Amino acid sequence: DEMRDRVVLGEFGVRNVHTTDFPGNYPGYEDAWDQRRFEEAFRVDIIREEEGALEFDMVGIDAAIANAFRRILLAEVPTMAVEKVFVYNNTSIVQDEILAHRLGLIPIRADPRLFEYRNQGDEEGTEIDTLQFQLKIKCSRNPQAAKESSDPNELYFNHKVYSKHMTWVPLGNQTDLFPDADFRPVHDDILIALLRPGQEIDVLMHCVKGIGKDHAKFSPVATASYRLLPDITLLQPIEDEAAEMLQKCFSPGVIEIQNIKGKKVARVANARLDTFSREVFRHEGLKNLVRLARVRNHYIFSVESTGILPPDVLVSEAIKILMGKCQRFLNELDSVPME
Amino acid sequence: VQADGTDGNCVTFVLHDEDHTLGNSLRYMVMKNPDVEFCGYCITHPSESKINFRIQTRGTLPAVEPFRKGLNDLMGVCQHVLDTFEVRVFLKSS
Repeated sequence: DEMRDRVVLGEFGVRNVHTTDFPGNYPGYEDAWDQRRFEEAFRVDIIREEEGALEFDMVGIDAAIANAFRRILLAEVPTMAVEKVFVYNNTSIVQDEILAHRLGLIPIRADPRLFEYRNQGDEEGTEIDTLQFQLKIKCSRNPQAAKESSDPNELYFNHKVYSKHMTWVPLGNQTDLFPDADFRPVHDDILIALLRPGQEIDVLMHCVKGIGKDHAKFSPVATASYRLLPDITLLQPIEDEAAEMLQKCFSPGVIEIQNIKGKKVARVANARLDTFSREVFRHEGLKNLVRLARVRNHYIFSVESTGILPPDVLVSEAIKILMGKCQRFLNELDSVPME
Repeated sequence: VQADGTDGNCVTFVLHDEDHTLGNSLRYMVMKNPDVEFCGYCITHPSESKINFRIQTRGTLPAVEPFRKGLNDLMGVCQHVLDTFEVRVFLKSS
């Protein structure tokens, strides 16, 4: 029973890692797949939703599917990013290819669902799959600066090239397709290059739709990760000094000490906060009194978006992409006759 | 997709453009099927993105059946997860 639903952290290793609840493994347990039972046991709780980050729990699914969602969030949800940079003039100190690399990594606030993928071998780019941006900036000397000042902010105009200097150039009928859209980088204060008087940058950029598998610049999440819910059990009641030591072994807030009949007794208050540093195993006296484990099917996901799409939209997109993959194989199975 | 096998019960499917993302989750769904005797997948070479997905069934059931059922079950799971998640987001935002 413990093997079925807890992953136990021993002193030197982790036990019961793999899922074993397949039909036939345990007599007396109904393990075959049942959609109804899954739906009854499954739930999603949203813990915290902030500007660009989302923390939510998924209870009742298996590691394989949770990991599939995480992998899709990182690598297969499409976004728009700068792919081709046409350099008309670059007299700055930043080399062309470095400048192009930096421009590619800037997140662009454009909903990728409105665009198509570019066809292979298509060099020009049509209006349905490309966004064009222009960066044209020239640094000049400030004639009104004081004689002895050495502050570049006073001496020069436009010496720092920020992402807010990128302007959208509509292609074809994009002004009609997106009348009130404003395509620009997500953050205005990303420093792209530094200039001095006489240097200028004049580039035209094409943004296309891509996925993270192709290049990491297309990844829509700053990061997406999950962890299992910790489960700490005290095998025996722990009192007094041992209780104090136990409280120090875990992250603050996990163990709380209550005063019962004059004696201090330790109790697990909030196991969720723990980061499992296994400090307990370093103390001989406490080692055998605590069982550190994780609940096998309770996943705490944490998704941070780069700002292109809000994190809950990203999770929905990831789930739809997994469905799309299954559908693709189902269609192939039906269309190609199996001999 | 390609299929290869001696008789209808043990079939190795070669899925192109796939990796652990679909492979592991599909393997889990197919293993939950009590008619399946063996199910596994492997990545032939990390530089090529294709997986060998093998299903062996007990009895005389053709191997395509658990594959299809696994895909349908996975679709069902995703649909349910999506619905539950969207309901939650809606409830949280309102």
